[in-house]
Amino acid sequence: MHFLKLILRNGLRHKLRSGLTVLGLVVAILSFGLLQTIVDAWYAGADAAAANRLVTRNAVSLVFPMPIHYGQRIRAVDGVTGVAPANWFGGVYRDTSMANFFPRFAVDPVPYFAMYPEYRLDEDEFRTFLRDRKGAIIGRKIAENHGFKIGDVIPIQGDIFPGNWEFTVRAIYDGAQPSTDTSLMFFHYEYLNESLKKRAPARADKVGVFVVSIDDVDRAADIGREIDELFRNSAAETLTETEKAFQIGFAKQTEAIVIAVRFVSYVVIAIILAVMANTMSMTARERMAEYATLKALGFQPAFVGGLILGESLAIAVAGAALGIGLTFPIGHWFASQMGTLFPVFGVSRETILLQASCALIVGVVAALLPMRRAAGVKIVEGLRFVG
Amino acid sequence: MNAADPDTLVRIRHLVKSYSRGGQRVPVLTDINIDIRRGEFLGLMGPSGSGKSTLLNMIAGIDKPDSGEVLIEGVDIARLSEAELAHWRAAHVGFIFQFYNLMPVLNAFENVELPLTLTRLSRRERRERAEMALELVGLADRMAHLPSELSGGQQQRVAIARAIITDPTLLVADEPTGDLDRASAEDILALLDRLNTELGKTIIMVTHDRRAADQAHLIMYLEKGELSTSADIAERSVRASRHH
Repeated sequence: MHFLKLILRNGLRHKLRSGLTVLGLVVAILSFGLLQTIVDAWYAGADAAAANRLVTRNAVSLVFPMPIHYGQRIRAVDGVTGVAPANWFGGVYRDTSMANFFPRFAVDPVPYFAMYPEYRLDEDEFRTFLRDRKGAIIGRKIAENHGFKIGDVIPIQGDIFPGNWEFTVRAIYDGAQPSTDTSLMFFHYEYLNESLKKRAPARADKVGVFVVSIDDVDRAADIGREIDELFRNSAAETLTETEKAFQIGFAKQTEAIVIAVRFVSYVVIAIILAVMANTMSMTARERMAEYATLKALGFQPAFVGGLILGESLAIAVAGAALGIGLTFPIGHWFASQMGTLFPVFGVSRETILLQASCALIVGVVAALLPMRRAAGVKIVEGLRFVG
Repeated sequence: MNAADPDTLVRIRHLVKSYSRGGQRVPVLTDINIDIRRGEFLGLMGPSGSGKSTLLNMIAGIDKPDSGEVLIEGVDIARLSEAELAHWRAAHVGFIFQFYNLMPVLNAFENVELPLTLTRLSRRERRERAEMALELVGLADRMAHLPSELSGGQQQRVAIARAIITDPTLLVADEPTGDLDRASAEDILALLDRLNTELGKTIIMVTHDRRAADQAHLIMYLEKGELSTSADIAERSVRASRHH
């Protein structure tokens, strides 16, 4: 009982010092959690990818398109159950701020949405969309962020495909899972292609990627090789990979940033560890005479070490609880400020566990040296100690 | 008086202690031999650096000699391990320090109760004993006060209550009045005298203060690492006057 009393009351002895240390921990644990969540969000697309979907693209780079007629030959490959062209459209809605950014794709809607059951569509809305060549399907997150509703017109200033484009919202899709990306906009590939035939014929009848559905996930690698074999030595050789590999490859283009973010998140923890270790060293130094007194009264060195460890852990737990608790609202606010840059931005259980583990490690490691010093101090020397 | 004498509580033989200072060994105690009877109130005096606190620390089991024996009730505590010494101190020694050394975050009652948490006593028994000890030192009405809310004299009385709470064999006091005003010092000395005369506690007190030492029944002097009793000094003084 006295053990806990001593820990808690010692922890509150220098309220300003303990308070500032807890505050530092809160900031560190919160920053760590947010940075880890950003890293998770970066790879969210790969996590949401289905095993039975492949992506075929130009082998040189994603920037180079492929002829649209490749689709028919891919469809004929044994094991392929569906092929849908999809083209990154780009463009600017209102301005180039992150708040107004959302990805836009031109797709062949019937095969495409058949492959993505996680995009939940109202059948009537989808039929209306199919009848309107300028129609668009948008995700729920875009609709909520921008206040779009069925029938609204979305004007887009083209950049990759110059010109003023207008799309009418005909359907709004929801995600089957909380992790499903609902920040995307889709419209008819045919609308884009027809417009290109008029404005830039050389760019018509070409597509960025083919999404390919297959019947046997165990044969994904073989089917991918067969597809690529079809176009070997052609003007546009292909590279087919699983959707997950494609998404990871896409994310890897910016991997240096992800590594930097991850590194910074651990640097933050290292800094707070140093701050905490300093606090605990100062604390233990000031109380050396008290520790010597306890030992003189018959308390074992482990009791004295336990007091320091307990106080360090109490501070770490307080900082971790507040830091983890704040990660949710601040993460929510952060995601809202980022628009659709991170379509799936959720604090995962792994992140919470990592935050808690880091706090515990900081609590234990910061106490190690002061514990050793206090537990090992000779009583007669400790009694003379003036902190 | 010998080792078998049941009245002998402390028996020290050929005790040697030196410290290392600047790479050199500085002798503090050289061949100390002393017997302290059970129920004695011994005042240990001597100039600064004479080794009186060092001797007290060794009797209390918080320091170890370079050589020699420190027998308390027949147990040579110089041979005990650190863990064994900690158990031994908890059971046999009550400490009274110059600067009280109370836990500042615990109130008077909790400070007094603290050594009892090392025993198997129930919470109720601990409470009863702590209340009794605080009553004995006249602080029954100050139980809930933190040390910072008490005067120096009151803090020292709390420390004395803490020292006697486990009913130790031996009370060691290192300059117990050194930080107190005259009136408080006299209160503390009177309290120590009561503990000795009424409860039969064996007390060894280190002090610079002649008036404090006068409270003791036997005074010993340490000078240049050597020990002499007040009787020895008186004899030397008589011899010197005859010689002249």
